[in-house]
Amino acid sequence: MALESKIPKGPLSDKWTNHKSKINLVSPANKRAIDIIVVGTGLAGASASATLAELGYNVKTFCFQDSPRRAHSIAAQGGINAAKNYQGDGDSTYRLFYDTIKGGDYRSREANVHRLAEVSTNIIDQCVAQGVPFARDYGGLLDNRSFGGVLVSRTFYAKGQTGQQLLLGAYSAMNRQIGRGKIKMYNRHEMMDLVVVDGKARGIITRNLVDGKIERHGAHAVVIASGGYGNVFFLSTNAMGSNVSAGWKIHKKGAHFANPCYTQIHPTCIPVSGDHQSKLTLMSESLRNDGRIWVPKNIEDVKAIREGKLKPIEIAEENRDYYLERRYPAFGNLVPRDVASRAAKERCDAGYGVNKTGEAVYLDFAAAIVRYGSEQAHVKGLDENDAALVKKLGQEVVRAKYGNLFQMYEKIVDQDPYETPMMIYPAVHYTMGGVWVDYNLMTSIPGCYAIGEANFSDHGANRLGASALMQGLADGYFVLPYTIGDYLADDIRTGKIDTSHPEFEKAEAAVKAQLESFVNTKGKNTVDYYHRKLGKIMWDKCGMSRNAKGLKEAIADIKALREDFYKNVNVPGTTSEFNEQLAKAGRVADFLELGELFAKDALERTESCGGHFREESQTPEGEALRNDKEFTFVSAWEYKGEPSKAKLHKEKLDYEEIEVKTRSYK
Amino acid sequence: MNLTLKVWRQANAEAKGKMETYPIADVSPDMSFLEMMDVLNEQLMGQGVDPIAFDHDCREGICGMCSMFINGEAHGPDRLVTTCQLHMRKFKDGDTITIEPFRAQAFPVIKDLTVDRSAFDRVQQAGGFVSVNTSGNTQDANSIPIDKHDADKAFDAATCIGCGACVASCKNASAMLFVSAKVSQYALLPQGKVEATDRVMNMVKQMDEEGFGNCTNTGACEVECPKGISLENIARMNREYLYASLKG
Repeated sequence: MALESKIPKGPLSDKWTNHKSKINLVSPANKRAIDIIVVGTGLAGASASATLAELGYNVKTFCFQDSPRRAHSIAAQGGINAAKNYQGDGDSTYRLFYDTIKGGDYRSREANVHRLAEVSTNIIDQCVAQGVPFARDYGGLLDNRSFGGVLVSRTFYAKGQTGQQLLLGAYSAMNRQIGRGKIKMYNRHEMMDLVVVDGKARGIITRNLVDGKIERHGAHAVVIASGGYGNVFFLSTNAMGSNVSAGWKIHKKGAHFANPCYTQIHPTCIPVSGDHQSKLTLMSESLRNDGRIWVPKNIEDVKAIREGKLKPIEIAEENRDYYLERRYPAFGNLVPRDVASRAAKERCDAGYGVNKTGEAVYLDFAAAIVRYGSEQAHVKGLDENDAALVKKLGQEVVRAKYGNLFQMYEKIVDQDPYETPMMIYPAVHYTMGGVWVDYNLMTSIPGCYAIGEANFSDHGANRLGASALMQGLADGYFVLPYTIGDYLADDIRTGKIDTSHPEFEKAEAAVKAQLESFVNTKGKNTVDYYHRKLGKIMWDKCGMSRNAKGLKEAIADIKALREDFYKNVNVPGTTSEFNEQLAKAGRVADFLELGELFAKDALERTESCGGHFREESQTPEGEALRNDKEFTFVSAWEYKGEPSKAKLHKEKLDYEEIEVKTRSYK
Repeated sequence: MNLTLKVWRQANAEAKGKMETYPIADVSPDMSFLEMMDVLNEQLMGQGVDPIAFDHDCREGICGMCSMFINGEAHGPDRLVTTCQLHMRKFKDGDTITIEPFRAQAFPVIKDLTVDRSAFDRVQQAGGFVSVNTSGNTQDANSIPIDKHDADKAFDAATCIGCGACVASCKNASAMLFVSAKVSQYALLPQGKVEATDRVMNMVKQMDEEGFGNCTNTGACEVECPKGISLENIARMNREYLYASLKG
């Protein structure tokens, strides 16, 4: 099937407005006869469910957690971008659009990104109207902060819990519709497969996680809003349950999967402490405003630190290597996420890592504490030379800015970051790749849509901070509810979808067979054994830097691991009860396939771009080297029986309004 | 560390449950409580014993899904943390740790330590929202200035994660802290004032129908709340409720 992006004609800034005016609508009376399924209740899924129900459609929404409010959007910390220009600092729709394209290293779709920038302001208005308590200044107006990779303050926030507040806003909008009976909510339900009838998405098969019952649900359209697949690495900042299964199931039914290798590895996470580790915790990007990143200059000092004979604060200034400031004098500690992550890995690979695993660098607030303390002493007319006083005043300022993050760090690591530098290391955080969608957010299966992190379109090869929340809500509140009508306008005479159709029967039988085979394998290894092994292959060979040899090994290793999984996995219990291991087995089975496609995609893309660094493609100084001539396209993979046989389709990326440039942070 | 765990086991909602004792060795003080449970489950599966079911997801203290009652306290002995953020360094070698589900009539056990908290969702569905449709035409976000103190208080109330520790800690299994946090958030904001009367009446009605108990002001909920939601919210809800009742 050919890729048709369906980008509307006309000037970039008019495309969305014109498109909205011209697409087909469904009358209010007909909306009542149309059913829509939404899978996932994060920002994208919850906002889409609420809005579709407000419009009059019958919505069925599914989440695997015990409540829609648990979706992992809730853990987003920093903020949400919008081109409001409340600060009068020169922001505009165009500038937000430009920053996002550039931040994505010129690998995102121009028309989608422009639309995202256009609707960004509506999101803030909508959320305030819902009662989302954003941070405000003393005049009662909304406050903004600044994030990496941009020159304006356009980030709206609610302390370090912006994701929580936005998600609870969308959850409240959903609750209103659940109360009215327009949304039927299915908690603790997992989507097991998509049902396609005569080439159109017509429903899903689900498993009730409480009693194991397999159910059929019919609908005129199916919306996948199931988030990203960072957990293919086992360790990531994702929630334990975050998975690729909904996206992968539709891929196997005909939806192309785009740019699977584009992964964001976030530079400031709490390092792994031991083999028992189950997940990683992020420390917000905002910390790099005031923290300086370093490792010791001398390898002897590194050894002494690891043996506990030396403390970091005892290392003299001249014996520290502030490597980001050294390598990137212009941007220093505020280089984009991909650059900061690679630089940390380079130092640790060279043997300078500062904890027992050798995979940690320091993020030091001592200089900021002194700077703020001196300022406070000056303002208050106190003695600026009194070191103890300056430190105390400085710590108060830092506590006001980052208190909740410092507390979280102390709880996990058991060290006081006010007194000793934090230890950080990069970790998998977000996946820019995802299900391929056209301008209407429809996948290559008619009637099946993908929104939020689950799709691929807006962030290119690297996402800027505070843009994930923006995209999730833009898709769910302001894009999908319009574009889905264009497709459904042809479905007003279809009538109720018949779930006794043979396609439903077939899909249900296949789901049941797979579940039975898991519990009947009775092998010797737990599901987590395989997940950890897969994670290690991914991290070692498809992680922060990649090369052809490693990627080829990864493809072979993952295939072998998958075969072993089906022979030797041990899933206790039965299929007809609450069985967490069984649910996990299905998710890991899908990760074991996605991982291989991921490596294949990374192997094919021999350039370096954004979060994807190919060692063969770098400048003499070791910086990422893009190859625009050969790789200005989206890789969209078509499923052909197994990951190794996937067929590559290329969607060429054209930039009308933007000059494609090399990113430099020196 | 070597520990003895006494864990509530219950096959399903209908089954009769009981405490089982499991020894666990070589626990690292750097583990989180749930990572220790992961290790225990791997150990149990190796012995052919059904692993212990427990709810968890984000493991960074914000989703509100984890819900263990540890040594008689919701989320265990540490303050202002959820179970997933509780670390084993809070325990000593040789300790015996008792682990039970959040218990309340309105939170029936599903299996082992997993309980059904959908009663909380239903209370929110009764009125925990502002009735505004998505249109793209709502007024500009800065058109109504909001006093920073009120905005900050609304935010503090809105940080409730809906875990249910308040209910589990209350001798009456009252959900007043949870419900009042949402009522307060909207009562403090101009956007929420329009529907304030209906909201408080409907949410309280639903709360009572779900079988949550009454508040007798013991304050246990506030002590155990991982997000430090203040009792002040309950006082505010009582005011709102009284006002709404008088208004009729």
